[in-house]
Amino acid sequence: MSQFATLRDIRDAVQSGARSAVDVCTEALARIEAHDGTLNAFNTVTRDQALAQAAAVDAHPNRASLPLAGVPVALKDNLCTLGVRTTASSKILEHFVPPYDATTVAKLVAAGAVAVGKTNCDEFAMGSSNENSAFGPARNPWATDRIPGGSSGGSAVAVAAGMTPLSLGSDTGGSIRQPAALCGLVGLKPTYGRVSRYGLLAFASSLDQIGPFTRTVEDAALALQVLAGHDPADATSAPEPVPDYAAALTGHAKGLRIGVPRALVSDGVDAAVSKAFNEALDAYREAGATLVDIELPYASAAIPVYYLVATAEASSNLARYDGVRYGFRAPAEGGPGTQDDLRAMYGRSRELGFGHEVKRRIMLGTYVLSAGYYDAYYLKAQRVRTLIRRDYEHAFEQVDVVAMPTSPTPAFKIGERTSDPLQMYLADIFTVSANLAGLPAISLPCGFTADSLPIGLQLTGRMFDETTLLSAAHAYERQTAWWKAQPPL
Amino acid sequence: MLAFGMAATFSRSQIEAIAALAHLRLDEAEIELYARQLGEILEYANQVQNIDTTGVPPTASIGARHDADRADVVHTSLTRASALANAPDANLDAGLFKVPRVIG
Repeated sequence: MSQFATLRDIRDAVQSGARSAVDVCTEALARIEAHDGTLNAFNTVTRDQALAQAAAVDAHPNRASLPLAGVPVALKDNLCTLGVRTTASSKILEHFVPPYDATTVAKLVAAGAVAVGKTNCDEFAMGSSNENSAFGPARNPWATDRIPGGSSGGSAVAVAAGMTPLSLGSDTGGSIRQPAALCGLVGLKPTYGRVSRYGLLAFASSLDQIGPFTRTVEDAALALQVLAGHDPADATSAPEPVPDYAAALTGHAKGLRIGVPRALVSDGVDAAVSKAFNEALDAYREAGATLVDIELPYASAAIPVYYLVATAEASSNLARYDGVRYGFRAPAEGGPGTQDDLRAMYGRSRELGFGHEVKRRIMLGTYVLSAGYYDAYYLKAQRVRTLIRRDYEHAFEQVDVVAMPTSPTPAFKIGERTSDPLQMYLADIFTVSANLAGLPAISLPCGFTADSLPIGLQLTGRMFDETTLLSAAHAYERQTAWWKAQPPL
Repeated sequence: MLAFGMAATFSRSQIEAIAALAHLRLDEAEIELYARQLGEILEYANQVQNIDTTGVPPTASIGARHDADRADVVHTSLTRASALANAPDANLDAGLFKVPRVIG
């Protein structure tokens, strides 16, 4: 079985006894060891724990009943893992060891998955390139001088490089879908509330969602099956029943109505991305889908709304990192034997513990929430957010899914945009609306540039209708071979 | 793609005031950098001001319309030792987080 085997292939082989979970795990660990020096996908590799989890799967009396039997999984380093350090790629949490597992982590392991480590990401998931990590950038396996996307860059790299067939990321404004697109993978952001966030280090609580990276749409469906569902430990998780996602994958697009916001995607999109996107639409049409031109008049305001809402929530969520209960505390400024006062300790711990982008967003969020500006910025942004939601509600009266490119450009070079945060924020132009509206969205491979850089197609669906979303994505994937391509490692 | 407006700037004292609210100490270079960048980002974000939102209610969060209450039953939670295990300074015997002196 190749390193690029799918989750489904590995699961089937372990369930049937054709392969042992320990064998699969050993191969994944070897692959990580061979390539992570270059790619920097992992902050922590949990070799011993992974082998123990794999041995437990092999010893399971009924491993055929485990829906993810022996599937190696890489976990974004902002998901709490019992006894395994969880850093969010920040110095302030460099030595933080959670006393509990995130619900998603516990569910995966209970389903037979084997957690091989914690992946690199932008610090506290703030970024679109993985360059804001305190532990250095992760690198795109398709071109190692380029970014893998972010913020869940390491999770994307782990799957793209054939280290694991599955990883988890978190998506606040595109942080699963954009790196999936830039690394040639399937990345799914489920509906807000579909997957428990208990144990996810909060960035922007009204936007954050956890989801999988996989090589195929079917694998995404199999992973979501395990991840989805209500969790009493997360008050925002939804009680809606969980359908059989894989059963909905018919491979047919006949009768599917696809909305295309032409005005939005006509400007500022790289020519190769535009070409691949239009060819994907043609493929859908040939497969029997109907393309419908739609308007999303407020979508152009999504980036400003996002950066007002997300930074406001981040400034509040990150107030907890103050050097008292966990995380880094700066030593007293006067040296050993002296003591700062409390406020100085807070200020210095946060100064030295947080990186530039995190500080920038805390500053912006604090400002937009401060007296005199709250109404003009935060409240105003929340009102426009309502208009963006309504745009989609109107669109879904006519169509089943909305199609856009995932990212306006392919992977850019490391260092190219670091000096201009605003330019970096524009990478999220097509992805942030799904978070603002709470909608499920998926990115899947739809081509390559002339330089062999992957391009992603994004589909957005109705609230809690991952079934239609996955089915639509699967129909396209079955007609194409993009997902089979492997990076030149 | 969206157009950029002219960059606005924040004064040094404004940046220091925001940093104080955020319990964030900044060095000289950061004060200068953020004074410029916050202005640029807000200038860009200001385009939301041109959108008519008369009568439009704010969206604070999505969904969560269901009853999230649970029965008021005591259940196990973190032990004191594990809750204190990550503290940079704790008195494990007394079960306390320690902070620098607050009152002279």
